[in-house]
Amino acid sequence: MVALTPISRKPVSFYVPVAAAAGAIAGLFVGTANGSGFLGVIIGAIIAGALAFLLTQIVKNEKLGRWATTIIVAGVGYFMAGIPGLIIGAAFGWFFGWFSFWLYEGRYRAKVAPYLTPGQVLWHFAFRVICGAIFVFLITPILVVMPLSFNAENFFTFTPEMLSFDPAGYSLKHYRDFFNSSDWQGAVWNSIKIAPAATFLSVSFGTLAAIGLSQQHVPFRRAIMAILISPMIVPLIISAAGMYFFYSRVGLQGTYLGVVLAHAALGIPFVIITVTATLVGFDRSLTRAAANMGANPVTTFFRVQMPLILPGVISGGLFAFITSFDEVVVVLFVGSAGQKTLPWQMFTGLREQISPTILAVATILVGISICLLTVVELLRRRSERLRGMSPT
Amino acid sequence: MKFTTTLLASSAIVGAGTLAFADAHGNMAKDMTLVSWGGAYQASQDKAYVQPYLGMHSDVTAVWDESSAEAVAKLRAMNEAGNVTWDLVDVVAADAIRLCDEGLAMEIDADEVLAAAPDGTSASDDFGDLLVSDCFIPQIVYSTTFGYRTDMVGDTPPSKICDVFDLEAYPGKRSLEKRPINNMEWALLCDGVAKADVYDVLATPEGQEKALAKLDTIKDDVIWWSAGADTPQLLADGEIVMGSTYNGRLFSVIEEQKQPVAMLWDAQVFDLDGWIIPAGLPADRLARVMDFVKFATDTQRLADQSQYISYGPARLSSAPMVGKHADLGIDMAPHMPTDPNNAQNTFLYNYEFWADYRDDIDAKFQAWLAQ
Repeated sequence: MVALTPISRKPVSFYVPVAAAAGAIAGLFVGTANGSGFLGVIIGAIIAGALAFLLTQIVKNEKLGRWATTIIVAGVGYFMAGIPGLIIGAAFGWFFGWFSFWLYEGRYRAKVAPYLTPGQVLWHFAFRVICGAIFVFLITPILVVMPLSFNAENFFTFTPEMLSFDPAGYSLKHYRDFFNSSDWQGAVWNSIKIAPAATFLSVSFGTLAAIGLSQQHVPFRRAIMAILISPMIVPLIISAAGMYFFYSRVGLQGTYLGVVLAHAALGIPFVIITVTATLVGFDRSLTRAAANMGANPVTTFFRVQMPLILPGVISGGLFAFITSFDEVVVVLFVGSAGQKTLPWQMFTGLREQISPTILAVATILVGISICLLTVVELLRRRSERLRGMSPT
Repeated sequence: MKFTTTLLASSAIVGAGTLAFADAHGNMAKDMTLVSWGGAYQASQDKAYVQPYLGMHSDVTAVWDESSAEAVAKLRAMNEAGNVTWDLVDVVAADAIRLCDEGLAMEIDADEVLAAAPDGTSASDDFGDLLVSDCFIPQIVYSTTFGYRTDMVGDTPPSKICDVFDLEAYPGKRSLEKRPINNMEWALLCDGVAKADVYDVLATPEGQEKALAKLDTIKDDVIWWSAGADTPQLLADGEIVMGSTYNGRLFSVIEEQKQPVAMLWDAQVFDLDGWIIPAGLPADRLARVMDFVKFATDTQRLADQSQYISYGPARLSSAPMVGKHADLGIDMAPHMPTDPNNAQNTFLYNYEFWADYRDDIDAKFQAWLAQ
């Protein structure tokens, strides 16, 4: 990449404090893990600042300096915490070696526009760091679950064997538990039976409602819309308690049909909202044109309108499916033990017995979700390509 | 309109079908919904009496619902909705007393409903004092006690309940249940109140202040738990030095999971757990439950349960039959809370006191927690 801006070496008074500040942040994490955050900040700042000075003013050879830093810090990490320390240390060493020279040589300016003020350059990088931090905070809890699900112990604990990557610390027994336990398998089947049925009802009713409500001549459109999307706004526990008493009186409480209807009611608002949004871009003259050519309303709907609003219907259906598949509050009220769904089983499992089987299930579910979303995204790109909407 | 009629017609057919089915197969229902606590305890019930019962009656099915923790609230709601879906509910004695007082549990005559001991002793004599309520069918005696990390307490492991309050000798976090029951009694015991006077002192506002003041000395080092699985997890993690939980959970941590944990039996608090039958069951379901409960609480079945979990059987006649653990093959008797070695200093939970004072002390305790 050609540099946009000519770069020059920076003075010590600039890059040593910046490196020290970065070291302070890293020190905060290491220090907190070892008992004293404050001490960690100070030691981190001193080490990173000294390192930056040492590398740029005394060692000067960039390649040698960076390799040496990586290896030395990795060694210190290994000494402190074994193999995991080695990996973390190597990452830290590599980063600070790179960071010191990056600042010293002024490379950070190379790829930003030449007219930016120092404040804007700072914001340019701060913005990326903040985005990265948000990403880390969102994703770390999910990533931590995955190795723990391979734990050989029956607790949510990283055992010393796991941390030293000893194969004896890992096992698939929680996955075996999941596949062999009739409780878990029953819960999976219940979820598989309930979620698609609820999705089908939500999509059918939600799409019809959205089309009806987008007609100009329907009276009280806004009031009806508000009532239909109220399950999304009213706290779930209120809907659940109300449904419980109502369903008990009409004999639906504790039945498969009852749970499906309850989940359909929760899913309908998502379908209505997404379909209404796609209908905004739908050209009504197309339905008139179809009618003009002799198609009855049903044919018009399936042959003309449906294909055009399909993206909205599908994403609404996906939301409805996930709502039903993830839902625990309503099913606790409306269902009985015979309709125990996967989230219900996870909820009671987590409360009564903290077993890593739950983590194994969570890992499997995350895997399935990733696959589903990937497939949907690939299909979307394919259809865009076929319709010539994207260049490649 | 047409849709509504179809729906009504089809539900009418289903309803009629169920009735016809019940009539054709005698007057016992074919399904039971049993409510319990989940985890190892529910597994022990399943192995000791539910699976054997289903083996004897191949046409019957049983479904577990792990809702005992909120059994009182749910039974109230079911009663209001006029739709009781549970057939047999496992609750602690205090909840059984409440449910009985509110008329949500069925009163039973122990001698009529429950099996006599093999030697002919009547059920009411065999259970003895443990029949704390007219609705309650006891299964087990359990205790709430402490476990500690053997590798975190130095050379002198804790041996007295007051070591929990000794931050100098045993620094580190401890876990206590997030409710006043047991904690208040332990605090007073360690504040110099004699065992016999604890409930008299706790009945006065000054006594309650005294107990909270004692708890205040360790408040910063307490992790409060609400589920029985919390303390075992915290002990296994090494997050805490010691913590209270049910003795069966600690047995599982020590003997089954082989964690470096040991028991502190001093001042363990005994409590009871057992079945109640919800009031107002239809005749066919009631007949099935009566048949099941008679089988499930007989001398042999209660003794069998102790092969799977270290809780003492509630029948006197079951005690001599307590054997070895079904998988580990170790003697279960030394792990029972009622074993003489473990029961050298026990504390008796006072049901009447907590029935009268619970709301009041709960409010004070929660206010103190929030400070």
